[in-house]
Amino acid sequence: MLFKLEPRGEHSKAMAYLSPLLAGILTLITGGIFFYLQGNDPLYALKTMLYTPISDVYGLTELCVKTAPILLCAIGLAVVFKAQVWNIGAEGQLLMGGLAASALAVNIIDIEGVWVLPMVMLVGMLGGGLWALLAAWLKTHFNANEILTTIMLNYIALNFLIYSVHGPLKDPHGYNFPESAMFGDAALLPILVEGTRVHAGILFALFAVVVVWVLLSRSFIGFQIKVLGLDASAARFAGFKDKKLVWITMLISGALAGLAGAGEVAGPLGQLVPQISPGYGYAAIIVAFLGRLHPIGILFASLLMALIYMGGEMAQIMLNMPLAITGLFQGMLLFYLLACDVLIGYKIKFPWLGTKAAASSAE
Amino acid sequence: MNTPATNFKPDRPKRLVMKGITKQYPGCLANDSVDLDICVGEIHALLGENGAGKSTLMKTIYGIVKPDSGEMIWEGEPIRIKDPAHARKLGIGMVFQHFSLFETLTVTENIALALGDDASDMKALAEKIRTVSARYGMALNPERYVHSLSVGERQRVEIVRCLVQDIRLLILDEPTSVLTPQEVNTLFITLRRLAEEGCSILFISHKLNEVKALCHRATVLRGGRVSGACIPAEEDPSGMARMMVGEDMPISMDYEKVIGEDVFLQVRGLSRISEDPFGVDLKHINLDVHAGEIVGIAGVAGNGQEELLAALSGEYTIKNHDAIHFPCGPVGHLCPEKRRRKGLAFVPEERLGRGAVPDMSLKDNALLTGFLTGLVKKGMIDHQATENFAQKIIQQYRVKTPHSGTHAKSLSGGNLQKFIIGREILQNPQLLVAAHPTWGVDIGAATAIHQALIELRDKGAAILIVSEDIDELFQISDRLCALCDGALSPIKATNDTSLEEVGQWMAGMFETENKTDATSAQTDIGAPHVV
Repeated sequence: MLFKLEPRGEHSKAMAYLSPLLAGILTLITGGIFFYLQGNDPLYALKTMLYTPISDVYGLTELCVKTAPILLCAIGLAVVFKAQVWNIGAEGQLLMGGLAASALAVNIIDIEGVWVLPMVMLVGMLGGGLWALLAAWLKTHFNANEILTTIMLNYIALNFLIYSVHGPLKDPHGYNFPESAMFGDAALLPILVEGTRVHAGILFALFAVVVVWVLLSRSFIGFQIKVLGLDASAARFAGFKDKKLVWITMLISGALAGLAGAGEVAGPLGQLVPQISPGYGYAAIIVAFLGRLHPIGILFASLLMALIYMGGEMAQIMLNMPLAITGLFQGMLLFYLLACDVLIGYKIKFPWLGTKAAASSAE
Repeated sequence: MNTPATNFKPDRPKRLVMKGITKQYPGCLANDSVDLDICVGEIHALLGENGAGKSTLMKTIYGIVKPDSGEMIWEGEPIRIKDPAHARKLGIGMVFQHFSLFETLTVTENIALALGDDASDMKALAEKIRTVSARYGMALNPERYVHSLSVGERQRVEIVRCLVQDIRLLILDEPTSVLTPQEVNTLFITLRRLAEEGCSILFISHKLNEVKALCHRATVLRGGRVSGACIPAEEDPSGMARMMVGEDMPISMDYEKVIGEDVFLQVRGLSRISEDPFGVDLKHINLDVHAGEIVGIAGVAGNGQEELLAALSGEYTIKNHDAIHFPCGPVGHLCPEKRRRKGLAFVPEERLGRGAVPDMSLKDNALLTGFLTGLVKKGMIDHQATENFAQKIIQQYRVKTPHSGTHAKSLSGGNLQKFIIGREILQNPQLLVAAHPTWGVDIGAATAIHQALIELRDKGAAILIVSEDIDELFQISDRLCALCDGALSPIKATNDTSLEEVGQWMAGMFETENKTDATSAQTDIGAPHVV
């Protein structure tokens, strides 16, 4: 045998933090090999993907634009995942949030007022939140596995969105393109840096990071969420209401995903289009785990994920690579992360190194 | 108890000699040059508290653990036992505390699985099981399914599984913890007969009376080292206890029996059909617990204890609200949190994974049920108050831990139990329900827990204890009863009853108060529990 895994007595804390780093390095190496096999200089290709996009100020602001929705979705997922409720539906909740926000915005295009934008954002959160509650209801009443229901609800949301832009929300003056009308100025998120696309959505995301951090580390609800996730029977023993916690966590994560969707349509897009999200909701799952479900970890992980999105586009432009490269890197990252996480609970032993180990493996 | 076999002479040939066995685990020296020898036909006790290294030593004999150093001599030949299969081939059999049987298979099938290739002929094997079990006085029907067997019978399956092979050394890990007193006597008869035929027996226990009644010699472990050896028949139990716990620990005490004041917990006609097919239905249970008294419920596990406890804690709510009454009114419909607000505290059976979250710090675990005592303000955790509460538990109940940030799972069973009991008691409950409060806990910790319970009683709290340890119940309860097959025996003052009577209650030999239920209860009191 090449190597064998031996259980550690106790989970390694160091490994829990090193594992995402190791996964990142392995992803770079594999990515480099992949580029080499495609006939590119691996170092140059990696530089093109991971450095060139953020080598100037505009690139950095674009990074913020991409980070905002990923971070919002991922920070919400941190809350549900802590409760061991596996919401895979951030993508659908994001789409429903964007759809709900657009439905309001296109109907009040001509209305001015400071309340317009907050209303649009709030309706977006409501859309995402209610969509998530659907899965929560199915789970608490019919014991339906939320992994399956949330995935299925993603497809329903996507088709609902496509129906809407082809039907009720289609811009009557849009030459039959599947797009809504452009939102009124009052419904658009303010631009933070003149001449760029970076908008207030990133502030929402950073604010959400702080709120979730406080929620999980200081509040009693956060404590109940963590207990439910770590040990459901202890939660029942203590009298915590597990169904209520499922509802709350799903609502939080759905609402934040919905806010991400609203931020996209009211931010860089300015209207509802069929492609609100290039899979931000799915990428957020990887981000949540890569960031160890910790708000700060998730902040860094979502910056990395945003960079991979930009790098994919850059590789398409400069290296003539297909855009699928983004998905490839995301997939590798998750794959290596899961593999490296084994090392939190296990040590690698090489039986061919040293005789003592060999003797013990002889059985 | 029966008299020990006195005809034993320690100059018999040695079956197993262990010299200088040392085993180091990360952060813990489990065995520190332990010497042990067992003669042919000897019943040898291995005594020690939890964490003293008993398990490591017996796992070493059975080939599960490989010692770092030391040697073993089996029937005169030095040997290295590679794995349990090798141990079985040598004639070493082991009965674990937690049985390893398949519920959905028959007795024969279970035993055939353990034998592997040797069990080709099932008919012959069944016949062999029949003769072996009859010969050693352990009635067992090879065709029965394991799920239909009582705990005592399952243990017989485990023992017979060892006996159908050529057994030379039988290791029993705390075998009496799951038996009624009558079943214990039957087991001892079997073990004595086995020993007379030349089989060596290693009997692991911390119950000193049993060791005194059964064993020829005893080796005592403390902190991984041999702290003493003795002939139990010639030693009084307190001397052996001293060797187990060391000089500075209080061992055990007699507590005054008291008569309680007003009724706090009143259970009337509590019946409940279990949802679990292997669960037990509660049958018309009537029970009063007065303020300032301890009521003990004896019984072999799996006779409705879990169901009764869940009904009392509020994890099962009862449709008939009046079935459970506190002084403030009916509580049968209330959730655990609301019952806690009305004065209930609860110590569950499972310490880890219910009473405490394994992967959370002691501080967080103090908050788990302590949140009603001002640790949460406006939905936010008061971290300083929580820390103080955790520190108070750790200090007052002498929980051995480096600091309150230690994860619950890294504490020993006894330490964690002290922490959980302390957490519940420091909330000043008016009613404390405790399940198996000292199960698997060492003598020092058990005494501390008993004292804490008595103190709480003397402060006027009503206390209900469910335990399998009948000696413990006699020691601390003011009144006693037993649960069998979901029905509760009559309750009597501890001083007015006897071990034999409670043993009969545990086996279901009692008239239920309610005559309409009596017929069904009587028919349900099946043979399983009656020897």
